[in-house]
Amino acid sequence: MYSDKAAVIGDKDIVLAFKAAGMDVFPASTVEQAEAALKKHAKDHCVIFVTEDLAAGMKESLEKYKRKAYPTVIPIPSSSGTTGLGMSGIKADVERAVGTDILFNKED
Amino acid sequence: MAERLNVNPTRMELRNLKRRLATAVKGHKMLKDKSDEMVRRFVELAKENKRLREEVEEELASALRGFALARACCEDHVIEEALAMPSSALKINADTDNLMSVVVPKMSIEREEGGEEFPYSFAQVTAQLDDSVLTVSRLASKMIELAQIEKTCNMLAIEIEKNRRRVNALEYVMIPQTEETIRFITMKLDENERAATVRLMKVKSMIENK
Repeated sequence: MYSDKAAVIGDKDIVLAFKAAGMDVFPASTVEQAEAALKKHAKDHCVIFVTEDLAAGMKESLEKYKRKAYPTVIPIPSSSGTTGLGMSGIKADVERAVGTDILFNKED
Repeated sequence: MAERLNVNPTRMELRNLKRRLATAVKGHKMLKDKSDEMVRRFVELAKENKRLREEVEEELASALRGFALARACCEDHVIEEALAMPSSALKINADTDNLMSVVVPKMSIEREEGGEEFPYSFAQVTAQLDDSVLTVSRLASKMIELAQIEKTCNMLAIEIEKNRRRVNALEYVMIPQTEETIRFITMKLDENERAATVRLMKVKSMIENK
């Protein structure tokens, strides 16, 4: 069956907070490190959270994980607040499915 | 005008093509219905996804800010030591669900009762750390829910796109082509029949005139 663990990949300062919540943490300060950590640990975790600043440089590898149910790779904001990457992901999904953006019209 | 398929104009081919057209039309209708339903569900999920993400992002950002502050108050090694051994590992019930024949993840957190909330003693660290650790722990279930919904949205969007291509291929290529070929074969067969009749009439008149 699927793994029952969650993991966080992000800056060393931030991931410690998730460690206390019982998740596995893999500190990474560069996109390369994050990619390597993701590749290595994708099999034995069902959810992997990646901080937005790193996820921004990993678009291609994130796209790869979108096609299967597990592992689920999701961007989360870092301590400096959100960069809007997660929201733009939802927007891209809506555009892909419906052909036009119907959720975010009011804000733009 | 659609291009016609490269087949021999025979009765057998006509029969096959007619059967194929019937299947294609039926399939087109069903795929179109599937597409409609998927889009309906997707829009619901996407709205939920947006709401949840806004919530999680806001709460998480503030929790992480608090954590950064807590780190600033203590020395690095004290905090690292305090958090090095979590009191309980987060366990997730990971399963799959079938949503419009898309296999999507379904997750829930397995709560372990009785575990201590803080993995450290209160003597060394500040109250800010307690706060942020508590918030992050509490946020975990929401984050898992977000992960599940967001992934479902991702997968559904991909599936909708794929399905739309199928519908379009049937509607604009396969069905017109088959129809065109059927028309061509019917005309060709009719023409042959007329030619045969005329030939017979001609032969008959030739015999009579002899």
